[in-house]
Amino acid sequence: MPYRLLKFGFSKHYPEQRMFRSPTVLKGEYDTVVIGGGGHGLAAAYYLARDHGVTDVAVLEKGYIGSGGTGRNTAIVRSNYLTPEGARFYDASLQLFRDLSRDLNLNLFYSERGHFTLAHSPASLRTQRWRAETNKHLGIESEIVGPEFIKEAVPEIDLNCGGQAPIHGALFHPPGAIARHDAVAWGYARGADGLGVEIHQQTPVTGIEVEDGRVVGVHTDKGFIQTRRVLSAVAGWTTHITKMVGLRTPLVIHPLQAAVTEPLKPWLDHIVVSAGLHLYVSQSSRGELVTGASLDPYELISTRSTLDFAEGLSGHLLDLFPCLADVKLLRQWGGLSDMTPDFSPIMGTTDVQGFYIDAGWGTWGFKATPISGKTMAFTVAEERDHELIRPFRLSRFREFRLVGEKGAASVGH
Amino acid sequence: MKILNCPLNGPRPLQEFQFGGEVREMPDPDRVSDEEWADYVFQRSGEPGVKREWWYHIASGTWFIAERNNQTDETLRTYLPGSE
Repeated sequence: MPYRLLKFGFSKHYPEQRMFRSPTVLKGEYDTVVIGGGGHGLAAAYYLARDHGVTDVAVLEKGYIGSGGTGRNTAIVRSNYLTPEGARFYDASLQLFRDLSRDLNLNLFYSERGHFTLAHSPASLRTQRWRAETNKHLGIESEIVGPEFIKEAVPEIDLNCGGQAPIHGALFHPPGAIARHDAVAWGYARGADGLGVEIHQQTPVTGIEVEDGRVVGVHTDKGFIQTRRVLSAVAGWTTHITKMVGLRTPLVIHPLQAAVTEPLKPWLDHIVVSAGLHLYVSQSSRGELVTGASLDPYELISTRSTLDFAEGLSGHLLDLFPCLADVKLLRQWGGLSDMTPDFSPIMGTTDVQGFYIDAGWGTWGFKATPISGKTMAFTVAEERDHELIRPFRLSRFREFRLVGEKGAASVGH
Repeated sequence: MKILNCPLNGPRPLQEFQFGGEVREMPDPDRVSDEEWADYVFQRSGEPGVKREWWYHIASGTWFIAERNNQTDETLRTYLPGSE
């Protein structure tokens, strides 16, 4: 990067080229329309163009790219899931993340930190052991460690949590990483744009036209688009879209809030998660502690934030790290989580031909960005579910074949 | 602080309440098909709009129904089941 900066300093061309075009005119017809310019939608567009030669694609984004869940999560990437279906899927994503900076030629600040999931009770340690064994079986680095190991890695931690919830051990997942989430959206946008994909920001979808059970077009506030393939990748806004095509889903939307503290000198190398305390925390490359808690307790399709959350979060953060008593919260925000009953996503083909869904991303969407883009691109191009996402199909609910991932949700919901 | 109106106890802070999900009619399990039963068990109407929801006032053990807009978070009215 410094070399690039130096070159730019001596260049006569200012300002630097934009990362992607902003087409003003919407064509009347596209081969494929992607609704949602977040990480997932942009990644799908990128892989559609790169791997499947489908370049006549419009990505429609109602706000600006990365303005939804992509820019609101706490940027943790891990693959220590509980079910083989989940672990395999998220691990494929983690492997893609490792090479993604090079692939997209953009520094994503992908930083492997090691990920602790603390257990505050023998019962919780049992679930962690179950996860560790499943993970090891699939070749994922994951092991149970004792309190001494945790203390050595994170000396600032209070192993007794103020006497309230003593730590019995943890699941340790060395490849656990954090990344700069906005850059993931920008990188995929630039990549897709370079291959001919059109990205239309400020273009809300107002309706979807279905004839004889098949998608034929999309209404936007800028006019009608004829298309036979629509991918909905809008996470927290999915119930708006599925209503347009008359699909029933189990999704309910809850807000999920997060916060950052003022920047501190680097002291926390690892990512620390506690289901018992409903807390996760890591230190960004800017020095801020990025931290979040569990879902808001009732359904709401709104990104408002609350004082209740800030109070609860601070309390639990201090249980774990009393040394942070004088540190201030800098920002607080909310995002939308589209929750499924089994804590797994909903992906793939649907009963409406030509309508593909990428939803149910609840609190676990960011880490899946590359693999969901890749598998959804395959699914749209081939018009059949990719093998990795077959367990996550929407029809699993009427077949009573859920993929129970609650035990691996990063915090208790 | 957000206030919810309990039909028995009047306006109380939201922390005293628990959300119980949307009001849904349970079909007769002996008479529906597996598919209809799965629909009842799993599918939800999560789209935006005014919903009828179960709420529970923890302190007094009261279950009641609230009509609430799930986008604006405005509660239009609350009442005890059977008294609408």
